[in-house]
Amino acid sequence: MTADVVATGRAAPRSGARRLLARHWYAWAMTAPVVIVTLVLVGYPLVRGIYLSLTDATEATMGRTIGMNVIPPTYQFVGLKNYADILTSPEFLGRLTWTIVWTVVCVALHVSIGLGLALLLNRPMRLRSLYRVLLVLPWAVPSFVSAFIWRYLLNGEFGVVNAMLRAAGFNGIAWLDDPFWAKVSVIACNVWLGVPFMMLAMLGGLQAIPRELYEAAEVDGATPWQRFRHITLPGLSPVSSTVVLLGTIWTFNQFPVIFLLTKGGPGGSTEILVTYAYREAFEGIRNYSGSAAWGMVILALLVVMAAVYRRALRRQGEAW
Amino acid sequence: MSRAARAWSRDRRSPGKSVALHLTLIAASIVSVFPVAWLVLTSLKPRQAIESASVAPIDHPTLANYTQVLGETRFLTWAANSVVVSLVTAVLGVLLAATTGYAVSRFRFPGFRSVMWMLLITQMFPVAILIVPIYNLMAGLGLINQFPSLVIAYLTSTVPFCAWMMKGYFDTVPATIDEAGRVDGLTPFGTFWRLILPLAKPGLAVAAFYSFLTAWAEVAYATAFMTGDDKYTLAVGLSQFVGQHKAEWGLLTASSVLIAIPAAVVFLLVQRHLVTGLTAGATKA
Repeated sequence: MTADVVATGRAAPRSGARRLLARHWYAWAMTAPVVIVTLVLVGYPLVRGIYLSLTDATEATMGRTIGMNVIPPTYQFVGLKNYADILTSPEFLGRLTWTIVWTVVCVALHVSIGLGLALLLNRPMRLRSLYRVLLVLPWAVPSFVSAFIWRYLLNGEFGVVNAMLRAAGFNGIAWLDDPFWAKVSVIACNVWLGVPFMMLAMLGGLQAIPRELYEAAEVDGATPWQRFRHITLPGLSPVSSTVVLLGTIWTFNQFPVIFLLTKGGPGGSTEILVTYAYREAFEGIRNYSGSAAWGMVILALLVVMAAVYRRALRRQGEAW
Repeated sequence: MSRAARAWSRDRRSPGKSVALHLTLIAASIVSVFPVAWLVLTSLKPRQAIESASVAPIDHPTLANYTQVLGETRFLTWAANSVVVSLVTAVLGVLLAATTGYAVSRFRFPGFRSVMWMLLITQMFPVAILIVPIYNLMAGLGLINQFPSLVIAYLTSTVPFCAWMMKGYFDTVPATIDEAGRVDGLTPFGTFWRLILPLAKPGLAVAAFYSFLTAWAEVAYATAFMTGDDKYTLAVGLSQFVGQHKAEWGLLTASSVLIAIPAAVVFLLVQRHLVTGLTAGATKA
């Protein structure tokens, strides 16, 4: 039925404009609030961001009003210079590589640990609901609070993690002050944060797989691995494809963990694209145009991701 | 799950496997609970014990950190700011997005694909794309350090997100209800308002709650926009406790507990609905 409507809508000649309006005016009216809000709040800033990214606007050249004095902006159009600077800077490759490593490692750990725990929980046993509540706890704590907790736990001097290492006879590790260990730390914190959501989503997916499939496979003599490979994984695919994409976007955009745990340091070693663009704009001499250009580069990466997502949806039969 | 199936799988587990299962889950639970438990313990420690490497859980429990947070800092102001900003964001987000969620769930109209694309892309926008232009626009309007600037910034992501989430929820409401409404002579708006909206209250609540959480935990916009310490939200205020020059871990841990406990309680009550909301489109298939 829906395909029909789309087809007639598309094929309607100009003379049918009135009919089109009569048929669809309520759908358009219903979507109007979001479309208008998005155009004003997202579209306009976006256009302005693109424009800024083509100028040399910084804190110094941006116009402003101090009391009664209006200082006009003095920035100029510089074309694609900011983009050229970004793409040729060593910073770009470094940040991009680390952002990809960060996203892939975090999402892989989220999904595998989440799926593992979901498989363990997806069976009748004692204390099941207690385990469930305990395991969901990290998701219930606001992420900025978690980042602070981890910063305290991982403190080199008096953090409990190092205290335990020392008690066990090892040397303490400079978790947040060593480039390598800082990366491990932010990943650990983000994995801790993100596993519960994956676990719950996977658990929901597992419970939607009909029991009978497993019983039938059992009767046919399938090994546990075969059952996992041929029933569980395909049965989970609608849920897992969604959560993997959500997880990828969330991790790619994960600002609080990195900003609050390490501030991107030491020496920029844990800085992902998003935090880098932010600091460019709001720390030191505010480089608005450079940051806007970084933002557009990030947007380009996201559009690619969205296209992949839409393809995945389409394969599942969502027709748009 | 039927009783037979239940018996079927419990009987098949050997004691050894049972022990391994529980040990794994206990280990995982410890990892998940320990940081939070340690936070609570630390918040009860006296100041000098916090900055020592002792692993002893607690020697002289004290509420000094809490009284200091509540009495000598602006914690309560920040909490009120956070609540106001998050609440306004959530309510506006749901109000603006509800009809759109319904329209894209039910109707196929010219422009449908563009709307879906728009919803998908904008909710993926990381803070880095819009923060600079929005900051400059707000500065032009004189709204920096004012709550409306934060609400506006948050709406850029919560509106598309709410619409997307509510589409998922409306998809689960049977279309036969709409047809019944139409047969009774209701306009599409009437159907939405009188029949669908009352049924979709749980979905609206989840979308509102999720927007609330997003605004509540947001760090980047709040840090950049709110410059006066009477306007800070909690996320910004707390980072003042552990600045570059001093680290007041006592204050930080006590206020974290004060934030985390109500948040966690509410969260644990609604989390089932949250997961369903976020994966609705997927589980339906």
